Amino acid sequence: MVDFRMPSLGADMEAGTLVEWLVKPGDKVKRGDVVAIVETQKGAIEIETFEAGEIEQILVDLNAKVPVGTSLARIRTELEPTAGLPKAAVALPTAVVPPIPPPSITPAPPPSAGPVLPQPVLPVPAAPVPSVAGRMRASPAARRLAEQRRIDLASVTGTGTVGAILRADVERHPGPTPSAPKRAIGLDLDAMRTAIAAAMARSKREIPHYYLEHQVDVTGCEQWLARTNAAQPPESRLLLGALLIKAVALATRRFQAFNGFYSDGKFEPSPAVHIGVAIAIRGGGLAAPALHDTDQLALDDLMTRMRDLVQRMRAGRIRGSELSDPTITVSSLGERGVEALYGVIYPPQVAIVGFGKVVVRPWVIDGAIGPRSIVTVTLAADHRVSDGHAGALFLADIGHLLQEPDEL
Amino acid sequence: MTTLADKPHLSRQHMLDLLKHMIRIRRFEDKCAELYTQEKIRGFLHLYDGEEAVAVGIIPVLDKRDRVVATYREHGHALVRGVPMATTLAEMLGKQEGCSRGRGGSMHLFDRATNFYGGNAIVGGGLPLSVGLALADHMRRADIVTACFFGEGAVAEGEFHESLNLAALWGLPVLFVCENNLYAMGTALAISESETDIQRKASCYQISAEAVDGMDVVAVEAAARRAIHAIRETGKPRFLECRTYRLRAHSMFDAQLYRDKGEVESWRQRDPITRFRSWLETNHMVHSDELTHIEEEVAAEIAAAVAFAEAGTWEPVEELARFTYEDRTFEDRGVQ
Amino acid sequence: MSRRRTAPKEAAAPAAAELTYRDAIREAIRDAMRRDERVFLMGEDVGRYGGCYAVSKGLLAEFGPERIRDTPLSESGFTGAGIGAAMAGMRPIVELMTVNFSLLALDQILNTAATVRHMSGNQFGVPLVIRMATGAGRQLAAQHSHSLEGWYAHIPGIKVLAPATLEDARGMLWTALQDPDPVLIFENVMLYNMTGKLAADAGPVEIDKAAVRRAGRDVTLITYGGSLWKTLEAATALAAESIDAEVIDLRSLRPLDDATVMASVSKTRRAVIVDEGWRSGSLSAEIGMRIVEQAFWELDAPIGRVCSEEVPIPYPRHLENAAIPQVPKIVAAAKSALGRA
Repeated sequence: MVDFRMPSLGADMEAGTLVEWLVKPGDKVKRGDVVAIVETQKGAIEIETFEAGEIEQILVDLNAKVPVGTSLARIRTELEPTAGLPKAAVALPTAVVPPIPPPSITPAPPPSAGPVLPQPVLPVPAAPVPSVAGRMRASPAARRLAEQRRIDLASVTGTGTVGAILRADVERHPGPTPSAPKRAIGLDLDAMRTAIAAAMARSKREIPHYYLEHQVDVTGCEQWLARTNAAQPPESRLLLGALLIKAVALATRRFQAFNGFYSDGKFEPSPAVHIGVAIAIRGGGLAAPALHDTDQLALDDLMTRMRDLVQRMRAGRIRGSELSDPTITVSSLGERGVEALYGVIYPPQVAIVGFGKVVVRPWVIDGAIGPRSIVTVTLAADHRVSDGHAGALFLADIGHLLQEPDEL
Repeated sequence: MTTLADKPHLSRQHMLDLLKHMIRIRRFEDKCAELYTQEKIRGFLHLYDGEEAVAVGIIPVLDKRDRVVATYREHGHALVRGVPMATTLAEMLGKQEGCSRGRGGSMHLFDRATNFYGGNAIVGGGLPLSVGLALADHMRRADIVTACFFGEGAVAEGEFHESLNLAALWGLPVLFVCENNLYAMGTALAISESETDIQRKASCYQISAEAVDGMDVVAVEAAARRAIHAIRETGKPRFLECRTYRLRAHSMFDAQLYRDKGEVESWRQRDPITRFRSWLETNHMVHSDELTHIEEEVAAEIAAAVAFAEAGTWEPVEELARFTYEDRTFEDRGVQ
Repeated sequence: MSRRRTAPKEAAAPAAAELTYRDAIREAIRDAMRRDERVFLMGEDVGRYGGCYAVSKGLLAEFGPERIRDTPLSESGFTGAGIGAAMAGMRPIVELMTVNFSLLALDQILNTAATVRHMSGNQFGVPLVIRMATGAGRQLAAQHSHSLEGWYAHIPGIKVLAPATLEDARGMLWTALQDPDPVLIFENVMLYNMTGKLAADAGPVEIDKAAVRRAGRDVTLITYGGSLWKTLEAATALAAESIDAEVIDLRSLRPLDDATVMASVSKTRRAVIVDEGWRSGSLSAEIGMRIVEQAFWELDAPIGRVCSEEVPIPYPRHLENAAIPQVPKIVAAAKSALGRA
């Protein structure tokens, strides 16, 4: 039994409509007989069977539009005689059935010792011209922005192909006046103090700060930490600081006005969130290097990286880009500090979040008074970019996030 | 004056050969139709049913050294010229074992070994080419004939006129064969030519022309022998108008809205294979088991060709650009 | 009406002769026909008339009518005949009087000459050379003033050359005749009368590399054919304004010599392309895009181009001059690339 299928009649024929059967079940057909008429975009075309036999069953109704290849009918074929057929093809006077010829018609080109003419015109572009030594590559867009922001391209790391500097690389770069030392800091505290003085003076000169304060119940966080850390060795334990930073990072994603850079009269929000973690070192050093993409770090990672930053900071092994990358800063004085900390914004950033120490206070919960761990979180923000309303929502969001430590 | 060279050999074996050639083409075309409906042959497919007597009557009269230029309806020409059926079918399936490496398909069969210069999808495109091939032979005084096949639709193209004029003007050994099947795709001859007697157009270019019944393989062969002999003798071109008919549609995807079913049926009565076979049977020149044997041989050859073609392989995509130009190093080209 | 141009003096070669671009081509044809009996010239008025541009003057007497073959006005017919003759083992030179009439032969060139090798699976090649005059500047109006080299350079399977110097006019033909694939040679009409010195032993030259005609540091001017001399003139004018222009003569339009172009752009960081074709979809667009693909990071300025205005070329001199590239426009484009008005 074989299927008689809707034939392909043309390169652009996808389907056909059966409009007439010229045979019915029981009819005998031979190869070449017209058995049906199919309507196509070109008109009605007779279709033939290539099988001989008896029509067994019609499978498709009239006026059905079916795709090429659809079974239209079943044909019961006659058994063909096998005796007497010559096995091999016979050679005609002018034709011979060849053995399968090798695909190549011409001899392969000899392996060339000499210069080979380049295959002319595969218009595939050659690899970009290899760079001239010492040449800096920067896209037109990058150059324009660098010019606007008065940034020396030599100080920008390029992330484009062939190490070219792209616009985003320039965006990531802070302004030309040093807000932080660009080179790796040794333990030259004098130089650091000078830099801090310059940055802080500029901040107070140029940035109209406004301040907000919010108290957050972190009892839940502490309990969560206790549970989570119970199963961890000491070196892997999470500190509350990690939760605080993560909460700020997540909130920052939602409140663009606190994450980015202000320069030349314009605020440019940063697509990424890099929290600058303020770290103090003995002897008076202070810097706030970046935890890159803080909002995407799992807490364990965040903790590990924070530890790493602190360690390297104290050893003087912080990279310049880590100092210029932060999009917002978080500062905390830890347990030895005070209840509230009001920061000074690091230009060209536009906000700094401060955390005081955790204090157990009497608190009202469900009408009853009980002891709760309370931390005061403050916001100092650039009034050119945001206002108190936004700031309040931002701080409130941080507070809410800290009520769900599982989600951090 | 006719000599032995320009008369058909009416020996029984020769007759059987002619019949087998035509049957071989017919069955091959039929198999192509089947493979096309199964989407194994793609693109366009133009079948030769009804016109077999033209290719079969003319091409075997040519020598191996002669050249053949044909159109997109050229499977029959290729087969009778000696292009192997297996590589022809592999070509139609697009396999690299095909005669054109699979790159041409149905409309672009080429075969260097048999001096088969395509396979051309531009109507009229082969005529200037034929003139050029013959020009080379003429300039080198080579005794070679170029047979150029084209349909009556090509007669409307400027290339037809330019080519006939050049061939006559320069005295080039071209046999122009017009296969007049009355329809250029869907346009009847009567509505596209002011002068429908095509052989007259050739005479206007001072080319000896003859019209012949293209459904009669013996008549075609006789005319071909006369013409080819004359070309070899004089070096000048000749023109044959073979009046024939396409029993199938122009291509597979053609509803034939432009012609009457009755007309097709009446031409089917003049099917060159049926007619010739009847004539042979009536004249006791063939036995029925010889006919059976021919069919079986052809069927076996086709089955083997199908197996060969289906077992064929695809040319690697990495080779796509190969042979756009010749693959040689600069030094090889002998430039000093 | 024609302006005589003088090619830059060559470094002293023994017994250099003074001759024209036209003479150089004639010498090339004569030389090829003497060396190889398969070579013959075929085209309209190449024999008895001596060639529309007098390129083949005297050749009929030397080689006879079989090999200097006058044809009827049948561009498609005799171009196809050239293709067939090449396929059958001859080495024809088909002369299409101008690129304007070549359109009648476009089908044979594209659908047969360019495709046969690939389409036949490498069974047949077409070692044909087609020469055509091209370009505007003689007030011949819209139907006789096209520059369609860019169209032909679009087609895979053929090669396209634009000799702009005497050496190239003399030397490209033989190399092209050796090529197993079709080669089109475009001769700009404004160059035929150009005179210069050519070494007596000048011979075949390579055909697939561009040439730096003038070295420079500040901007790369890329051009071909008839526009070369205007570009060199522009470079001289720019030098007076302390702009040191490098001038590249493409010589081969297909294949394009990317390496030479990119090396130059890498050095100067600025590129201006001078192309007598109409601007849109022209060869200059292709070259510009290749520079973007391969040398983007080297650029200090947008790529400039000077092309023909998008109009049918008009008859009156002042309009024709305004329609095609001229030295002041090239100078302006180069200065613009340097950010100077």
